[in-house]
Amino acid sequence: MSRIIVITSGKGGVGKTTTSAALSMGLAQRGHRTVVIDFDVGLRNLDLIMGCERRVVYDFVNVINHEANLNQALIRDKRCDNLYVLPASQTRDKEALTKEGVGRVLDELSQSYEFIVCDSPAGIEHGATMAMYYADDAVVVTNPEVSSVRDSDRMLGILASKSRRAETNAEPIRELLLLTRYDPPRVETGEMLSVKDVQDILSLDLLGIIPESKAVLTASNAGVPVILDRESDAGQAYSDAVSRYLGEEVPHRFMTAEKKGFFNRLFRG
Amino acid sequence: MGLLDYFRNSRPDGTANVAKERLQILVAHDRAERHRPSYLPKLQREILEVIRKYVDVDMSAVSVNYEQEESHEVLEFNIILPDTVRHVV
Repeated sequence: MSRIIVITSGKGGVGKTTTSAALSMGLAQRGHRTVVIDFDVGLRNLDLIMGCERRVVYDFVNVINHEANLNQALIRDKRCDNLYVLPASQTRDKEALTKEGVGRVLDELSQSYEFIVCDSPAGIEHGATMAMYYADDAVVVTNPEVSSVRDSDRMLGILASKSRRAETNAEPIRELLLLTRYDPPRVETGEMLSVKDVQDILSLDLLGIIPESKAVLTASNAGVPVILDRESDAGQAYSDAVSRYLGEEVPHRFMTAEKKGFFNRLFRG
Repeated sequence: MGLLDYFRNSRPDGTANVAKERLQILVAHDRAERHRPSYLPKLQREILEVIRKYVDVDMSAVSVNYEQEESHEVLEFNIILPDTVRHVV
């Protein structure tokens, strides 16, 4: 039985694609056959973050339009045999994603993959609603910042009313919060919303906290999902999130600022 | 600077609490909107039309409030009639 996971947020630039790349790689590395799909038709980026942009021949829209079959469009990750990428089209219009077409492709993928990760575009338009429509689980990527939290809440309303599970009165989508770009020192000085503040407002189960990290840009520059950078704080935080998603109990890290010694504080402020 | 910071209260006048308060109000409002039945605006217009047959009131004189309580929903209409009720018909 496969699980369809949508990575969503409403707001743009909060880390949906970074998260899609990291979570799908993490699931695949633990032995689960995983496919990650870019739903951002017209502005594809997942292939870049995954480092397979030069291997794209056919895309998601080609498959929906019967111009290519799935095996022709899927790109196998060179670092992990269990991971495949289905890139978005760069040129077509968004309406190419039909509910029937997306449903058919997801159905076919669910025959041979355990996890189907859907990287949603920003906004609440067609592409975003298609990405979440068939989901079993939703990872709501949120920055500790007012507009992102508000958009996440709106997205929760859409998940609860416009998804297949909502329309068929099935068990609701499991919604998980992933707080990204978290900066503990700024939280401690009261400049940034804390995990608790965001949870008080959204009341979601916390999948993970990804600290603000230089490793994220470094990884995207190189086309390597940040979870592969095991030395980095962000990579470790994503790895913890994958464990939690799979049901392990892992304590949350990266919530507090590293303690500076007295002399450090004195001289470096 | 470092020395001063060290002795200063470690949680000064940050803006995070302002953000949280604004969000709580905004999100509560958004959610109330979301749970309102979609027929409310039309219902409000039609009721207003009926009232206008008898009394001269305008849109702003009518407020519709929808509240969900544990076991039931309350639909409340508040219509401010003009001081001197003038019969239209």
